[in-house]
Amino acid sequence: MAEFLSLHDAVARYVEDGATVAMEGFTHLIPFAAGHEVIRQKKRDLTLIRLTPDLIYDQLIGAGCAKKVIFSWGGNPGVGSLHRLRDAVEKGWPHKIEILEHSHAAMACAFEAGAAGLPLAVLRGYVGSELPNVNDQIKFIECPFTGERLAAVPSVRPDVSIVHAQKADRKGNVLVEGIVGVQKEAVLAARHSIVTVEEIVDDLTTQPDYHPNTCIIPGWAISAVVVAVKGAYPSYTHGYYDRDNRFYKEWDVIARDRDTFTAWLDANVYNASSSAEGDA
Amino acid sequence: MTDYTSAEMMTVTAARALENGMTCFVGIGLPSEAANLARLTHAPDVVLIYESGTLQTKPEVLPLSIGDGELCESALTTVAVPEMFRYWLQGGKVNVGFLGTAQIDRFANLNTTLIGDYQSPKVRLPGGGGAPEIATNAGEVFITLKHSKRAFVKDVDFVTTLGFGRDGKGRDGVPNIGKGPTRVITDLCVMKPDPATKELTVVSLHPGVTRDDVIQATGWEIRFAETLESTPVPEANELEILRELKARTDRKHAGA
Repeated sequence: MAEFLSLHDAVARYVEDGATVAMEGFTHLIPFAAGHEVIRQKKRDLTLIRLTPDLIYDQLIGAGCAKKVIFSWGGNPGVGSLHRLRDAVEKGWPHKIEILEHSHAAMACAFEAGAAGLPLAVLRGYVGSELPNVNDQIKFIECPFTGERLAAVPSVRPDVSIVHAQKADRKGNVLVEGIVGVQKEAVLAARHSIVTVEEIVDDLTTQPDYHPNTCIIPGWAISAVVVAVKGAYPSYTHGYYDRDNRFYKEWDVIARDRDTFTAWLDANVYNASSSAEGDA
Repeated sequence: MTDYTSAEMMTVTAARALENGMTCFVGIGLPSEAANLARLTHAPDVVLIYESGTLQTKPEVLPLSIGDGELCESALTTVAVPEMFRYWLQGGKVNVGFLGTAQIDRFANLNTTLIGDYQSPKVRLPGGGGAPEIATNAGEVFITLKHSKRAFVKDVDFVTTLGFGRDGKGRDGVPNIGKGPTRVITDLCVMKPDPATKELTVVSLHPGVTRDDVIQATGWEIRFAETLESTPVPEANELEILRELKARTDRKHAGA
């Protein structure tokens, strides 16, 4: 049964140094408020998993939280590079990180396999790609029925997954809609899960937008529910606020330089309280 | 109309490659611009799919990211990302994958991973994203990018995404694989793989572009088809619709 916690307490309880963490959200619903809380609590040696590291992991990497990053597309969407990721990989600042890269298809399948309790995901993937040469987590197996050569990757089983969603009800059931990415898979694949939401309503099933196929993650499948208003900003929450594309462009300038990045982090993360991040 | 830029020539030519009714898995950037221009001109029933899970989407402005809200709001339906890659792409429902790239070689292999050595890269690029499986699971692949010696290299530093492999035979004998790249559209020309060797060959030059322009902008000894065509110029309405689309997009992304 989901417990209602403050952002501070949820991160303090479930994100341990050295943990494997997936903060998901495919462009949409990226849990920035929770990511900032992880930075504020100075978590270290994390293995960070995400299809698209996006600004959230750029910030965590630059803040020194990451030991390893598992990803499939590490750019600033529509803008260019993730400069903190690049600086860590190319120059080892603030320290060297290990990277393990996949394709989106493989990562998506690996999350799904994790949710399904399987040890591996099988896909028709990586044909002719050189990614298997540099990632020993990509193997090939033979289909026992047809003999076809297929790619296999280990399932994703995070210690904790953190996602953002529209709303939860008093029982901790969570509604997620719009581009749902691998939100549900991330929660179900993980040992513990934190879901930050824009608001709490009394009962999701009596909401006007509820219908029999609404994407609901039941409260009993979630560890903690946290209210974080605008918790996905500068990404977005469908039905609540838009993606701040302008900030994504500004990030290119902020993150390009170590000093401007550090100053930004001081002003907007370290010196912001978790309540300023919408933690209610 | 004769007044157009080489970038507009590229987008219009890329858009024309899409036929009405095709199902197209769209990459962000130039492919997205071309695919939406096609939808707004000659191919109103082209089905555009983005890897964020948005099926049959009709954005009013071009998305900055692959998962902009606009894509979801204007889609017929939006599915989870595992479903997108497994059922719709791997399941064989996509006719054409439309991709951009940082580097491409003579066998149309794409590199979006890095420049230099993997362990100590000179330049780290974003990585594969959806491309490795789009390129092999879609029926065929269109590629569009600006022509330059830096982008068009003899051998890519890293094969992120299969064209025809380092020897041109990368798809031979592989079951359940698409045709691969069937055309590459740049701001100078259109290239197609040679039917036998799979080496990219110029089949059409854009108006005002010389063979030498292409040779100078290509990092290998580029071949030309025996009968070299001249790419048709953009029509006035194509340019008008493209410019309106880009102006709307700029206004939206400026946060206005």
